[in-house]
Amino acid sequence: MVKVTYVAHDGTRTELEGDPGDSVMSLAIANGLDGIVGECGGSMMCATCHCYVDEDWQAATGARMDGEEDMLESAVCEVTERSRLSCQITLSEALDGLVVHLPEEQV
Amino acid sequence: MSGGRVIIIGAGQGGLQAAMSLRQEGHSGPITLIGGEPGLPYQRPPLSKAFLKTGEADKLALRPESFFATKDITLRTGEWVDAIDREAGVVRIGAETLPFDHLILATGTRNLRPALPGVDRALDLRTLGDAAALRAALDRPRKVAVIGGGFIGLEFAAVAAGLGHEVSVAEAAPRLMARAVSPEMSRRFRDLHEALGTALHLGNGVTEVTETGLTLADGTEVAGDLVLLAAGVRPNTELAEAAGLEIANGIAVDAELRTRDPRIFALGDCAAFPEAGSGRRIRLESVQAATDHARAIAKTIVTGTASPYAAVPWFWSDQSDLKLQIAGLADPTDDSVTLEDGAVLRFRDGRLTAVETINNAKIHMKARRLLAADPVPTRDSLLQRNYDLTAA
Repeated sequence: MVKVTYVAHDGTRTELEGDPGDSVMSLAIANGLDGIVGECGGSMMCATCHCYVDEDWQAATGARMDGEEDMLESAVCEVTERSRLSCQITLSEALDGLVVHLPEEQV
Repeated sequence: MSGGRVIIIGAGQGGLQAAMSLRQEGHSGPITLIGGEPGLPYQRPPLSKAFLKTGEADKLALRPESFFATKDITLRTGEWVDAIDREAGVVRIGAETLPFDHLILATGTRNLRPALPGVDRALDLRTLGDAAALRAALDRPRKVAVIGGGFIGLEFAAVAAGLGHEVSVAEAAPRLMARAVSPEMSRRFRDLHEALGTALHLGNGVTEVTETGLTLADGTEVAGDLVLLAAGVRPNTELAEAAGLEIANGIAVDAELRTRDPRIFALGDCAAFPEAGSGRRIRLESVQAATDHARAIAKTIVTGTASPYAAVPWFWSDQSDLKLQIAGLADPTDDSVTLEDGAVLRFRDGRLTAVETINNAKIHMKARRLLAADPVPTRDSLLQRNYDLTAA
């Protein structure tokens, strides 16, 4: 199991456990977490699963995927160097303990 | 805050989005979401793509069961509404009557089944059950014959060919995806499917589904021990029609997505709504239209104020390693300008109507923004930039 902590815009922390291979987006959706929409189901057609990777985890999650940067341009909240589409972060044992912060809005 | 009882008929992605958006906007009254298919609301787009390869049905649920209790949304699936009684302001399911103050029709579409001899032998690809059956049928080497060269037929063909099956596609129109993309893009995908080893029969409709495959209009026999019918869909309008609502290639709604009855809205694949700008009624089959409609309707119900719906349509299709993205909505007869990287710009009356790209999210996103502008860029203004959208 891979533990992920989602920190909502108001500071609420939600800890979820996923399997390697799940995405940070799909784990949130499967648990009905508010704050991630994931409208296109991970097809990189929208930017409604925007998250900010916690500073401590930036190296472990790696660089943005091909095309991700372009989709992020349409995110409704500010895009920073820590911004990712959570559908493009795949869980692995190396990400156990991952912390991501959620924007105020996704749509 | 708004009260009032909302009933949503249809628990696909649009119906579910309407329920979620109502709560998000602060609707406090009861919400009932009714769906004919069993189980939790799920994503359809992957059924003709990733699901055929992975078979992971549990990954398709749009929200978990607990979500509905948390949001106080009454989910009733595996149930079909029998009638809408507008005079009484109720929806009927068998002997049960459910009163509503607002009603949202999100009934979607169903597969078109042309009256071909033997068509009962052909399988559908619309529901999770359909996709699971197809996936199971691909467990041994097959001769796959696909009726219809649109998105669904071609996505399935690409997966089947990729798995090593022998695939044929028969399409009555002279080119692939003729309703949705430019002739140039049709050609690009013809090349792709031929490179995958798929036999394409274009301009050659199916006249019969036989014991051994298909018979085409010119007499050609196509081998197929697995036949997929993917010849388009028709909107589910019967409930609305029986309730006396206007039907025009879908449930007719105004720019606020309301039917002639101000309490009743329609969204997504079943709704025929006025296109922003042209005002002509269009009906879109896409996740984007379903969810954007849903959000607009929820806002109208909760705030009581509405602005005309004007979202830019977008679509996508994954076929082998090509991701086709379309921003905007072109007519089949719109002009085409093909760029060096293969992107196609579409124009009507000198204005940009759509942009088709392959594996190019940057241009796709830029196009969505350009098409949302008022006015939309002219062909001349884009030509001055050598059609470089990133410079526009």
